[in-house]
Amino acid sequence: MLSPMLGFSLSKMAKSARFAALALATFCAARCGIAQDTPLISGGVGFFSATNGGNTTYQPIIEPLIAAPIGSRLLIESRATLLESFAPNVGGQPGYDHTHFLGFTYLQADYIASPHLTIVGGDYLLPFNTFNDRLSPIWINNLQDGPLIAGLGIFSSGSGIGGMLSGSAISRSKYSINYNAWFSARSGNEQFNSKRSSGGRASLYLPDSRLEIGLSYDRLLQGTHENFYGAYVWWEPKDTAFRLRSEFARGHHAQGYWIEADYRTQAFGGLNSWIGRFEPVFRMQQTFRRDTIVSDGLPLVNTQRADFGLDYNLPHNTRILTSYSRQFSSSGNANIWETGIVYRFLIPTWKGKSQ
Amino acid sequence: MSQRHFLVRVALSVIFMPLLAALQAESQAALQAVTQTGKKQTPIAHAFEQRQGEGERIFEQNCSRCHTAPESFSPRISGTIVRHMRVRASLSQHDEQELLRFLNP
Repeated sequence: MLSPMLGFSLSKMAKSARFAALALATFCAARCGIAQDTPLISGGVGFFSATNGGNTTYQPIIEPLIAAPIGSRLLIESRATLLESFAPNVGGQPGYDHTHFLGFTYLQADYIASPHLTIVGGDYLLPFNTFNDRLSPIWINNLQDGPLIAGLGIFSSGSGIGGMLSGSAISRSKYSINYNAWFSARSGNEQFNSKRSSGGRASLYLPDSRLEIGLSYDRLLQGTHENFYGAYVWWEPKDTAFRLRSEFARGHHAQGYWIEADYRTQAFGGLNSWIGRFEPVFRMQQTFRRDTIVSDGLPLVNTQRADFGLDYNLPHNTRILTSYSRQFSSSGNANIWETGIVYRFLIPTWKGKSQ
Repeated sequence: MSQRHFLVRVALSVIFMPLLAALQAESQAALQAVTQTGKKQTPIAHAFEQRQGEGERIFEQNCSRCHTAPESFSPRISGTIVRHMRVRASLSQHDEQELLRFLNP
């Protein structure tokens, strides 16, 4: 039989053990919660070749992305581009000439202030229309090249330095409305270049019809102040792997549009069958000059271009991109052949604790 | 120029007409498959699948809109991916939670 003193001690010990077990369980639960938030490294590594009007270039490229959550509301994220471009020497000289580029695409901090508001600070991608901030990564874009009008409204650098408010204003089962509003300061830094500007984007998404409609506006606030207007429509019918995307943009000196459709069939054994991995892509685009002042990266004369692509989605996040494009303009027509391969990686930065 | 326009129109018709026909056929086939599988579910399995379905719907509507889903990733980074998606795709808080549940069932 136990003495009362020993019984009291054992009872105290049992209480302490229970408390310790509870504390350990709470700690483990917290660790498990944190364990899902290990910083990640993602991105794409690829090799592209393009033959434009008879001139061939080869381009190995890597676009790493890092995302690191801090606490429950903060996320630091950044993307960079490293590429080397090789082209045969001109004038019949043997060998290749090469140029390289290394730079940050963006480096931003995102603070989730409320269910409807995220505050973004740093060097962020300008959310003008959709291509720049959604489709430009090499592991996302269906074709090697961006649309001809991709330069409109993003002020050559594609990013702004300053602040942005964004989020989901309304989210219902039948519709949702998203917004972005930003202000950028002027910066001449080599890595973090931006122009003084401000703008915004608003979009309406209808989940039942899988339709998204958006409007963009921004204004250059240095030198000659210029306005840029954009509109886009995306449609992705339910239960299909068909996507239709389109954009229109109008700048001070030029305007244009693009329409892109891509499709993967599920009819022959699903998307992961050998035939379901094929992805035909078609993009039609036109640009129109409003005057002869060239400051936006668009062609110097009115241009029409049709891109016919055929991608193949290999296992292990690897994608082969091929395309043929025919470009028509008063300065001359051209054939553009492009092939490339892209591997997308996505890994934790360290082992961390598994669940 | 008019001949070029005509050729572009013909090319568009040739590409889009079979595509739209195939899309319609696939939509109907998918709808039939969902209806058939729905009849055999127990209430618990149905509730579980409904929650999974909600996360899957959010995934399809927001993530797959821009990019193909990665084949697999470590569960240690699922929270980071979802938070990144919340910022990039302006997800609501509810959608973020459902998406996290979908990625970690």
